[in-house]
Amino acid sequence: MTTESLLLSIAMAIAAGLVGSFAVMRRMSLAADPLSHVALPGIGIALALHIHPVFGAVVALVFGALLVWAVEERGGATTESVIGVVFSAALAIGSIMTTGEDLIEALFGGAGALSSSEKIFGLLVASAIILFIIVFRNSLIIMMVSPDIARTAGINVKRFDLLYLESFALTIALGLRYLGVLLMGALIIIPAATGKRLAHDLKSMLWISIVLSVMSTTLGSAISMHLHREAGPIIVLVATALFLLSLLPRRAWRRA
Amino acid sequence: MEEVKAAVSTGNTLEVNNLSVHFDATRVLKNLSFSVVKGSAVAIIGPNGAGKTVLLKTLIGSLPFAGTVRWAPGVRIGYVPQKLDLERDIPITGVDFLNARAAVARKPAADIPPARALVGISPEVALRPIGAMSGGQFQRLLIAFALVADPNVLLLDEPTAGVDEPGQEQLNELVRRLQKTQNLTVLFISHDLSIVYQYADNVLCLSSEHAWFGPPSTILTPELLRQIYGGEVSFHVHDH
Repeated sequence: MTTESLLLSIAMAIAAGLVGSFAVMRRMSLAADPLSHVALPGIGIALALHIHPVFGAVVALVFGALLVWAVEERGGATTESVIGVVFSAALAIGSIMTTGEDLIEALFGGAGALSSSEKIFGLLVASAIILFIIVFRNSLIIMMVSPDIARTAGINVKRFDLLYLESFALTIALGLRYLGVLLMGALIIIPAATGKRLAHDLKSMLWISIVLSVMSTTLGSAISMHLHREAGPIIVLVATALFLLSLLPRRAWRRA
Repeated sequence: MEEVKAAVSTGNTLEVNNLSVHFDATRVLKNLSFSVVKGSAVAIIGPNGAGKTVLLKTLIGSLPFAGTVRWAPGVRIGYVPQKLDLERDIPITGVDFLNARAAVARKPAADIPPARALVGISPEVALRPIGAMSGGQFQRLLIAFALVADPNVLLLDEPTAGVDEPGQEQLNELVRRLQKTQNLTVLFISHDLSIVYQYADNVLCLSSEHAWFGPPSTILTPELLRQIYGGEVSFHVHDH
């Protein structure tokens, strides 16, 4: 792995930790997977048109987030059904459009050196997401506690909801080359879920999520290179192992 | 839908005219009109489903409506909702929550301890996760949250729901005290008619068909209460 791609994977992991912290607090854990599936038809279309697959994925994800936002805005119990149906269908359509090696790569990530345009694009997007969450964390917290209170505090709830969902979608796009359509949702959710278990306040929650996400990504990549396996599944297994450790009772931590 | 932040009569903080709110085919509020004098306390009462919470949410701009809602220029609204559905283990402390309000309102962090002290939350309690606070503590935190941004209007949706009896009295006293010392206009939803009688300058009584507005002595009559709530409703007026 080159220094540049290591840097990019760390930036991707930091974004995942930050976006994930708010996802688990907003109880969006289950939405992560379906939303990431929408990338697949985007990849399929891009391959058919001989465009870089990542850009097809980005367009599909941005559109998917917009759809979730529009459905949520209308409210009601239909949101979950719509997400379930639309994004499962997206996975099915994408699987038909993408075949063979391309499909395996899209689903689980890996393979191929990163082009320089991909690296620059990735670093820019990761920086934008990290900045957005850090700068607007206070507005996001108030919205999470109560959108009504947020409105009286002068926060544009609708706009921030959309910006957050798009950050979420773009974080998935960032991780596609490393973890693929099926596993990127896990890197967003698992370190943050561990952070939520261990943290006592917002600051510690964000730091723990970031550190665990970066640890999972770098350690997972190193192990995968050693074992000559794809990185994605191993990154997710490292994140899962860290989560399981956090389930140990606090007494066990003190004894250790 | 029209919201005009001007042109209220002198001395009024809020003027509502012909306000109607629909949810799909259901009409929740119909042609509601009332005005609120600056610095006064208005109680909103009525049976469940009469639209009390809907009215407050409409006043803060969270729900679409027909008619006009006019706030006086320069109002800063503090809204205290009913007990929120929060996870116990959410890692947001009272301090995080108050800091967030100060940051969004561009107020210095130094404004937080006075607001916290005003509602009687100790520094230790403020360090607890918000989902682990008791009902009374969380209500106080929400009031402190509103106070950090220096409001002149406070909207309270059943501030004492889910709070034990001594806590209820303390909360009512707190709101009363804040109204006087901070010169606030207060709109509060309550089921406790003795509190309404004691604290409110005017009462807005909502039912599914009609609405009544006036001082407690003219609204809280046995006839009207029987008509709205059905059956016998009695209340005891405390003498303090």
